[in-house]
Amino acid sequence: MTGDGLGGWRALRGTVCGLVALYLIAPLVIVVIISFSAASFLQFPPPGLSLRWYHNLFSDPAWTDSLAVSIEILIPSATLATLLGTAAAHALVRGHIPGASIIGAALMLPIVVPAIITAAALFGVYRGLGLNGTLTGLVIGHVVITTPYVVATVSSSLRTLDPRLEAAAAILGAPPLTTFRRVTAPLLMPAILSGLLFAAVASFDELIVSLFVSTARVRPVAVQMWSNIRGDVDPTIAAIASLCFAFALTALLLESILRRRGGMDRS
Amino acid sequence: MSSSDAITAEAREGPREDRAREAGAAVRAAGRLGRSLLLLAPALLLLLVAFLGPVGWLLSRAFTQPHLGLQNFVELWERQGYLQVLWNTVAISATATPICILLGFPVAHAMTYGSPRLRRWLIFVVLIPFWTSLLVRTFATVILLQRNGPLNDIFVGLGLAAAPLPLLYNLTGLLIGAVQVLLPFVVFPLHAAMLRIDPAYMQAALTLGAGPVRAFLRVYLPLTLPGVLTGATLVFISTLGYYVTPAMLGGPRQTMIAQTIQDQIAQFGNWGMAGALSLLLLAVSGLVLLLLHLTVGLKAVAR
Repeated sequence: MTGDGLGGWRALRGTVCGLVALYLIAPLVIVVIISFSAASFLQFPPPGLSLRWYHNLFSDPAWTDSLAVSIEILIPSATLATLLGTAAAHALVRGHIPGASIIGAALMLPIVVPAIITAAALFGVYRGLGLNGTLTGLVIGHVVITTPYVVATVSSSLRTLDPRLEAAAAILGAPPLTTFRRVTAPLLMPAILSGLLFAAVASFDELIVSLFVSTARVRPVAVQMWSNIRGDVDPTIAAIASLCFAFALTALLLESILRRRGGMDRS
Repeated sequence: MSSSDAITAEAREGPREDRAREAGAAVRAAGRLGRSLLLLAPALLLLLVAFLGPVGWLLSRAFTQPHLGLQNFVELWERQGYLQVLWNTVAISATATPICILLGFPVAHAMTYGSPRLRRWLIFVVLIPFWTSLLVRTFATVILLQRNGPLNDIFVGLGLAAAPLPLLYNLTGLLIGAVQVLLPFVVFPLHAAMLRIDPAYMQAALTLGAGPVRAFLRVYLPLTLPGVLTGATLVFISTLGYYVTPAMLGGPRQTMIAQTIQDQIAQFGNWGMAGALSLLLLAVSGLVLLLLHLTVGLKAVAR
C-alpha cells in the first residue's frame, strides 16, 4: 500500500515510535554506562571507566546486608504467592464457584489500590503485633502485593486450556490430585513459572510497603536505594540500579522464552 | 433367572440407578466445590487478614480519630494546604493522561500493523520498563534531567538553550518521569483494542471515498475508543496514587496526595487525617473505574 498518500503519516508514526523507544530505554542505558564510571559523581559521559562502584557495592555491609534481606524476603514471598495464586486461579476458573468473578476481582484489589494505602494500613496494624521491622511482616506484605500477578497469569492461561484434557484424565479414573499433577500442571507450567518470575521481580523492586514496614536493621535493597538517592548520590547507586535492571532484563527474557514454549498470547 | 426377569429387574433398577447416578453426580459436584473452596481459602484468607482488614482499619480511622465524627473531613475542607494537594493530584493526573495517550497511540498502532520484526521489537521496548523497578527508572530520569545531565548537554550543545534548563524538581520533570513510567499502561490496552478492529471497516471507508484522514477520524478512532478509555483510566488512577515519582522528580509545589498521607503518619502520627485522605483517594479511583465500567464495561478491561 505505498503511494496512497499515507507515507507522511507513516513517517510520523515511525518518528514518534523511535523517540518513544529512546525515551523509554535511553535513561536506563545511561545509568548502566555511569555505573562503570571512574568519576565520583554522576557525570555523563564518564571521563573514564572503572569497576570501583561495583567493588564499593559488594564491600559495603550496608549494601550487602540489604541484598541479603531482599533475597530472604523474595524467596519465601514469591514461592507463597505462586502457591496461593495458582491454587486460587484453578479454583476460580475450574471450580464452578458461585460469584467467582467477584472473588476474582477482589483478589486483584492489592494491585488496584494505591500502594501507599496498603503500606500505611499494614504499618498501622503491624504496630500492635510487633511485626514492623521483621522478615515475617515484610514477607506477608510482599505476598499480598504479588499474589494478584500470579492469579492473573495463571487464570488467563487456564482459560485457554481445553478443559476436555482434564475431563479425559478424570474419566479414565485419575483422582483430582493426579489429574492436576500429571495433566494440568505440566500444561500450566509456563504460566506458573512466569507468574513466579514476575512475583520475584515485583518483590525485589517493591518499595512503598517495605519503606513503611522495614527498619534500619532489616532493610531491603529498594529501601536502601531510596534512602541513598535522597542523600549523597554517588555512582554506587548507579551500580545497584544497573544490577536491578539486569535482573529485570534476565527475568523478562526468561519469561518470553516461557511464553513462546507455552504458546501464551502476548496481548 | 429368565431373561424376562432380568429385563423387569433392570426396568425396576433403572430409576434407582439414575437416582444413584444423580446422587453420585451431586456428591461429586459438592466434592468439587468443596475442593475448590479449599484451594481458594488460603488466598482469600490472606486477602482478608492482611489486606482488607488493615485497609478497613485505616479507612475507619478517618471517622474515629481523634474522636468519633466527621472532624477530619471538615478539616480537609477548611485547610488550604490539603485542598491544594488534592488539586495538584487531580491536575497532574489529568495532564499526564492525554500525553500518554498521544504518545502511546502511534506506538500501539505500529505494534499492531507493523512488520512482525518491528512488532516484536516494540513489544520488547515497552515491556522492558514494565519489568524494571520504578525506583531504578525514576533514578535514571533524574540523571537524564539533572542540570548538567545529558539532555541539558544536548540542548545547550545544539544552541536550543543558552543555559541549562531547570528540568528537575518541577512540573516538567514530574511529567517526563510519570509519562515514562505510565506509557506501557496505555500501549497494551490500545494494542488490544486495535487487534479487535476488522480492517474491512477502513477499507470500506476508503473505497466509499473518504480521505485517509477522514476515514481515520470518523471510522478508526471511534473503534479504538474502548482501548483509549481503558488506558486513560489506568494511567489516571495510577497517577493519583503515585508516591515515588513526585517525591523524586517534583518540587514542593507538586506535592501529591500519597506524600501527604505519608507525612500525616510519619511526621504527625495523624492517623485520622491519613485515613480521610486514603478514603478520598480510593473514592476518586473507584468513581473513575465506575465511569469506565458504565461506558466501556469492565469485561473489556479484564481482557
